[in-house]
Amino acid sequence: MADNESFVEKVSKTQVWKSIFRHGPPNNARNRAAVVAGNVFLHLHPIKLKKSGVQLGYTWCMGGLTFFIFLALTVTGILLMFYYRPTAEYAYNDIIALREHVPLGIMRELHRWGAHAMVITVWIHMFRVFMTGSYKPPREFNWGVGVILLVLTMLLSFTGYLLPWDQLAIWAITVGSNMAKATPFLGNGGPGAAFAKIGDFALVSDKNDVRFQLLGGRFVGEAALLRFYILHCVFIPVVVAVLIAVHFWRVRKDGGISAPL
Amino acid sequence: MALEVEKKSSINRREFFSYLSIGFIALSASVGGVLSLIFRYLYPNVVFEPAMDFNAGRPEAYDTGVDERWKKIYGVWIFKSDGKFVAMSNICTHLGCVPTWLSAERKFKCPCHGSGFYPNGINFEGPAPRPLERYKVFLDATGNAIVDKTRVFRYEKGEWSNPDSYISV
Repeated sequence: MADNESFVEKVSKTQVWKSIFRHGPPNNARNRAAVVAGNVFLHLHPIKLKKSGVQLGYTWCMGGLTFFIFLALTVTGILLMFYYRPTAEYAYNDIIALREHVPLGIMRELHRWGAHAMVITVWIHMFRVFMTGSYKPPREFNWGVGVILLVLTMLLSFTGYLLPWDQLAIWAITVGSNMAKATPFLGNGGPGAAFAKIGDFALVSDKNDVRFQLLGGRFVGEAALLRFYILHCVFIPVVVAVLIAVHFWRVRKDGGISAPL
Repeated sequence: MALEVEKKSSINRREFFSYLSIGFIALSASVGGVLSLIFRYLYPNVVFEPAMDFNAGRPEAYDTGVDERWKKIYGVWIFKSDGKFVAMSNICTHLGCVPTWLSAERKFKCPCHGSGFYPNGINFEGPAPRPLERYKVFLDATGNAIVDKTRVFRYEKGEWSNPDSYISV
């Protein structure tokens, strides 16, 4: 072993280093490909990009920004869960405490601003994809996945809106969930529900329609708070994460990021 | 001589596919069964909410006009006027918020979008499209008024003249 080896060279020859990084230094095309292909996080990404794919003026990086904000929201969201209790007794006070007593009182604001930013970037991303015609074959399936992700982003916003448990939250969700009441056949105020009757007995009523299932009750109460908390923190994020993986994979398989085919 | 192909498996192709079909149907049925169980699971059997009917006491004990004593628990205003005792829903007919009774201005005012209602529940300002709903009221054997919120009477359907929707006092 030569004495003039640099520290980096020495470290990169240790068994620990080699056990983690099984390829050589990324100073040739083969190793650079191995860096991406041999990493579980990077391998969804294509090994090679077209030059146009990294032109900011073409993609605005809005999809990437949306993903970045999603990660930031995941981190801040998990941190908020250490202090927030989704019960009618504690929820509002815990939100106040997150600002007043907990160190880094900006954490909740980061989560809120991030949520607003993600809604904005996801719309701009959709706008860009539309304007560059990137929904056209063979990318039409991925457009569909993207539309579902857009709806899920909206649902994340909607479910998160209830969690502060203040008057604005409760009445906004009351008004919002009343839309479920108007679902055809499944909501008690929707078209078709008036006909689903046996004599005087309504088959679709406020105690068995979709709104009741969504809220776990007849009005926005403690059951609704817990349901929205679970949906916001676990259910929707897991579905979004799976669909993001599909979305990225299909970007790669459908001809790369938005270059003309 | 033709080559004799030795039979290696105890089932033939046709049998294999029939087993496969049975297996596929069984798998689909069990997945469907579990999914419908999960769907049912999300409907609670018991909700910890105020009862849908309650005893409002003797109608003659109420003063004429709007009474707010049951609003907080049951979401009901009692309105007594012109010899009629009625129970009004406190849910705004616009988007479902709860209006406030402004006794000085003699009206209900919804804080969400500004709908206003007269003391009898008729809408007169703001976006509310129809009057407040009324609930079934009746006298029990001891002369107490019972409010039943599962039965709703709507003005626009002409249901306020239904004798179940009021008690004559």
